[in-house]
Amino acid sequence: MHLSLRAVAVRGPGLPCWDAAIPVLRDPALWTDGPVILPPLTALPRNERRRAGPISRLALSVAEEVCAQAGMDPAALSAVFSSSNGDGGVIDSILHTLTAPDVAVSPTQFHNSVHNAAAGYWTIGHGSISPATALGCFDWSFGAGFLNAAAEAVTENHPVLFVAYDMPIPGPIGTVRVTPVSFACAFILDPDLNGPAVARLTLTYDASMDDVTDLPADPELRALALANPAARSLAFLMLLALRKAGYVHAGCLNGTLCMETLPC
Amino acid sequence: MIPLVVTAGTVRSAIGAGLAETRESLLDRRSGLTPCDFAGVKTGYMGRVAGIEQHSLPSELLSFDCRNNRLADMTLQQDGFIDAVADARAFYGASRIAVITGTSTSGILSSEEAYARRNIASGTMPADFQEEYTQDLFSLPRYVAAALGLTGPLLTVSNACASSSRAFIDAWHWIAAGLCDAVVVGGADSLCGMTLRGFASLSLIASGPTRPCDAMRDGISVGEGAGFVLLERACARSISPMARMMGFGVSSDGYHMSSPDPAGRGAMAAMTQALNRASLTPRDIGYINLHGTGTLTNDAMEDGAVFKVFGDGTPCSSTKGWTGHTLGASGIIEVLFAIQTLETGVLPGCLNVQTVDPAFRSQIITANENTAPRAILSNAFGFGGTNCSLVIGAA
Repeated sequence: MHLSLRAVAVRGPGLPCWDAAIPVLRDPALWTDGPVILPPLTALPRNERRRAGPISRLALSVAEEVCAQAGMDPAALSAVFSSSNGDGGVIDSILHTLTAPDVAVSPTQFHNSVHNAAAGYWTIGHGSISPATALGCFDWSFGAGFLNAAAEAVTENHPVLFVAYDMPIPGPIGTVRVTPVSFACAFILDPDLNGPAVARLTLTYDASMDDVTDLPADPELRALALANPAARSLAFLMLLALRKAGYVHAGCLNGTLCMETLPC
Repeated sequence: MIPLVVTAGTVRSAIGAGLAETRESLLDRRSGLTPCDFAGVKTGYMGRVAGIEQHSLPSELLSFDCRNNRLADMTLQQDGFIDAVADARAFYGASRIAVITGTSTSGILSSEEAYARRNIASGTMPADFQEEYTQDLFSLPRYVAAALGLTGPLLTVSNACASSSRAFIDAWHWIAAGLCDAVVVGGADSLCGMTLRGFASLSLIASGPTRPCDAMRDGISVGEGAGFVLLERACARSISPMARMMGFGVSSDGYHMSSPDPAGRGAMAAMTQALNRASLTPRDIGYINLHGTGTLTNDAMEDGAVFKVFGDGTPCSSTKGWTGHTLGASGIIEVLFAIQTLETGVLPGCLNVQTVDPAFRSQIITANENTAPRAILSNAFGFGGTNCSLVIGAA
């Protein structure tokens, strides 16, 4: 599959946005750990802003950033949101509630518990009727999600916003599904190979290969890449930040997606 | 759109195990709803599948054991589905067949049971609990692929109640993009405290059996079920298809998390897009299987949107009165109902309806009618404002 990468966004520890991340990804010695700060969701109406949980704020922060970078109208973009855990905080809270027979589940928590909550808030915030889908592919959520977004872009011949995002889960469920940090990244994949772009991509999927994900050589960024399913994107982000031609692999189940980049 | 066909399929819900039982229940207008008594919830009705508690997964896949994967496994074992997939696997190769499933809650009942047994002092889960293979959304396609011996790409779509309908669109993208040659498309959702008590918190559970489109409708009955089809390019193999997948439409509401846009802007866009992709006009659609959940707002919105696209000339009904609302599985289950309707020629009129809402303007049918439709539109809408319409054609 051949696509133009129109823009990139990122939010994670020590990586507050794409522009600030570029020097760090070029020279990992500059990386310092730090909290992931979630900006307010200015695009949402006040009631929705109050209801949207931190996972939606995380996902929408990179979705807004990447659309601004590309200068594209969010309402005109088909979107693919991919996350392993969804809103773990809401799930943990509902699971606690359910242990008591007579306590009512919070209606707001229940509607935020759907895996497509972030996708829903995204379309509500922009009054968009464009398609938005929500995927859950455990540790393969970045590779499988990117593959899915690319397949949509080439088949439908329209640009696709892809967002990968995950957060730590609190409570007992978080002791068995351990996600140490918050991380999100977003990309706009455009089938138009002649328009403006950060890079041209050649994507080759092979189901019969092992599910290899390339990781950064730097030990700290390597640990970060393993600390969140969305951070499996780090080797790809580093390649883009370096503005070098090359390729990295993103694991899927089954197989692997080879992501070849040619900077524009 | 590239021509796609369904070459095998199977379904399980409260109205039956497999296609033959399902067909009989639809023809006999036999509902599967019973008074709810699940996870401590004793209000309203439910569409429960019998025998899940007694079902065992194969020993080599026991780590996947949870209500949802048992339901999926029971379903896979019907209607010669495993053999049909084995034939396709021999033809295409195991790595060329993908599995794309829709589910809203996967195996979360296992987590509910584990929370009841958690160590309150240490805040830890029981040692035998395996989140990755039960509650996790990806557990379902991993189980299905393992049970069917498939090694192609896997995906879980979790778009609330439109999950397994949306899975068809992703399957089309994957086949068209050459990532695979065929896809096992389907889904499963099973009863759990989270959905029973969650919908109750929104006052969306009907006091009696759900009665979509009735003037006095008062909500949903939660059901469980699963269904799977084998989707592939037309004429790729010399076998007779069950049905053709002719068109897909997908959209968002961009309106509210848990209430549909009363103007039906997104629903109309999905239906219109599905017709356009199928190169059909509204008059070509012989029956519409509504999302028809039985809530005041969904059914009113859907009626308005259907009337604006189709007028009052196309018979419509909801089959939720048979199965209850099977949430993320409702799309695939209703695709298989549509295939049964294409084969029998008999439209299943809404169950439990005394008086159709007098404000409705589309042609709601409340008795079975033998009209032999050649193409059916199937709607699914979900929380988050996610809409999906599929056009299924006779083989």
